[in-house]
Amino acid sequence: MNIHEYQAKEILKRYGVPVPVGRVASTLQEVKAAAAKLGGRCVVKAQIHAGGRGKAGGVKLASSPEDAVEKASEILGKNLVTHQTGREGRQVGRVLVEQGVNIERELYLGMVLDRAQSRVTMICSSEGGVEIEEVAAKQPGKILKEAIDPAIGLQPFQCRRLAFALGVPREVVGKMVAMMQALYRAFDDCDCSIAEINPLIVTKEGQVMALDAKMSFDSNALFRHQEILALRDLNEEDPREIEASKYELSYISLDGNIGCMVNGAGLAMATMDIIKLCGGEPANFLDVGGGADEERVAQAFKIILSDARVRGVLINIFGGIMRCDMLAQGVVDAARELSIKVPLVVRMQGTNVELGRKILADSGLPIITAETMAEAAEKIVQAVKKF
Amino acid sequence: MSILVNKQTRVLTQGITGATGQFHTKACKEYGTQMVSGVTPGKGGSSFEGIPIFDTVSGAVAGTAANATVIYVPPPFAADAILEAADADIPLIICITEGVPVRDMIRVKRYLEGRKSQLLGPNCPGVITPGECKIGIMPGHIHRPGTIGVVSRSGTLTYEAVDQLTRLGMGQSSCVGIGGDPVHGFEFVDVLDLFNRDSGTEAVVMIGEIGGSAEEEAARWIKANMKKPVVGFIAGQTAPPGKRMGHAGAIISGGKGTAREKIEAMKSAGIRMASSPALIGRTMQEALGKL
Repeated sequence: MNIHEYQAKEILKRYGVPVPVGRVASTLQEVKAAAAKLGGRCVVKAQIHAGGRGKAGGVKLASSPEDAVEKASEILGKNLVTHQTGREGRQVGRVLVEQGVNIERELYLGMVLDRAQSRVTMICSSEGGVEIEEVAAKQPGKILKEAIDPAIGLQPFQCRRLAFALGVPREVVGKMVAMMQALYRAFDDCDCSIAEINPLIVTKEGQVMALDAKMSFDSNALFRHQEILALRDLNEEDPREIEASKYELSYISLDGNIGCMVNGAGLAMATMDIIKLCGGEPANFLDVGGGADEERVAQAFKIILSDARVRGVLINIFGGIMRCDMLAQGVVDAARELSIKVPLVVRMQGTNVELGRKILADSGLPIITAETMAEAAEKIVQAVKKF
Repeated sequence: MSILVNKQTRVLTQGITGATGQFHTKACKEYGTQMVSGVTPGKGGSSFEGIPIFDTVSGAVAGTAANATVIYVPPPFAADAILEAADADIPLIICITEGVPVRDMIRVKRYLEGRKSQLLGPNCPGVITPGECKIGIMPGHIHRPGTIGVVSRSGTLTYEAVDQLTRLGMGQSSCVGIGGDPVHGFEFVDVLDLFNRDSGTEAVVMIGEIGGSAEEEAARWIKANMKKPVVGFIAGQTAPPGKRMGHAGAIISGGKGTAREKIEAMKSAGIRMASSPALIGRTMQEALGKL
């Protein structure tokens, strides 16, 4: 789960990471008040869950409260298109109004899981303000890392090693170490999956500060973080993905026109792949899970068909536990209730498969059945072409 | 022959009184697995399907000489269950639970360092040696005893592959699901090493998916060490970047972990890649010269 920059900064501040003074605003009136409080000179930053805001015109300098209002009016309520939002962009509902600071140096500080080591790693670079993936690709020597032993946590010597390697002035090293340890505490306490301070700045006055901040959280750990769950912004998410998550369905929108319903993540990905191999384009990823019952199957159906681009649906279920007769009944009921008009191909394997096929055949609905995955993919691609 | 589990394996179920634990303990027992004990804290002294239940793992091990454990407890308590099993020195710990927080698993892996226990999973279907021992949630009836080893990050896609093998007359020595989480126990390399040394395994199917670099590491290991043919498939060739595809670990991040990279790495290690998920069995026939 992702949160906004202003929310990440509030969390980091609680853990002792210095951040610029600022206030979030959703109206021009609030922008004016916030800017006046900062003494006029300030930065207005669009709050959306996507990177590349600066280049896209979502971050503007202002010289007075009036200027801040003018700059904010160019951002608030508008659609911001960055390289991460897709063509349609994201509507900006809030801006962060922040004090301007005197930047001496821009650095990068981040934390991420190193899967190969099964450890959280702190990453630093002297190249702040650019995407770390870009630095890693072009100047791998400029990436510094420290793996963290979970038994003892991030140690001061590791932070000093990073700070000295970054070449920050001696009198700033202590502040940098404190900031790194604060970031680690926040990351660990909040079950983060990513935390990034980019840029981390050293000011002309010799302070360190998080000028931008990004945090995302392990969704499997949110059960123990109600306060973080409360920061979820549904406007930033695909409505169908939100609907799916209510029924414990894992759904992701894609660009094609063949809807898929599959049990299991690996098989669901493989089903998308085989549709593509047969010359079709999948409209979504959808994992109904292992214990899917009639209700969940029906909900999954509704979500797939709520996508107007869908011209056909492929159901591919390899059940161990799942009973095919129950699944077939769920499919028939949902197809009737929704009076499905697009072609539907069902391939199922598992317990009571013969009974399941009989239920589909006897339903009187134009359901196409298939024995194998390849046959199912070919049939749906052909059916969609004719439809 | 086989790897990890066989007729002698004595299995404990942690979380035996929950609906999932009950269902699968019964199914595994019916398959012929020696299900010797169960643990549910507070229900010690009772029994399920004739299987004695204990309050603690150490009690169950002392009472029933269990040498493998399977965990079905809910995600908030799964890490604790693994730690309790490791503390009792159970050699093989299999965690089926999906949704265990990454932070918990990082600590668990640290605790397992230097201990006697090995962990399979979490978020995995388990392990089966057809005809001898089934531990986990896979459908037993699709498997046949034979000489093909199967190792996979997926559940149902593994069933699909196994089904293809069985239909083409190729039975399996053992099938191992290593799980779809970013931090887990057994890696591809660990299982491949076991198959390489198992005299009952003739060839191996390896099924990976997007995210991380475990397939690339496995490819390097195979190139240097593997003496047996390996057939591969990678799921997620059509997956968009930055999106978590169901499994917590199935995500292309920062342009890394794509199917293309993995397929290239595996091909260059001499692994025969199935171009379609429907051709995994057929590709194995080719690899064995049976076509």
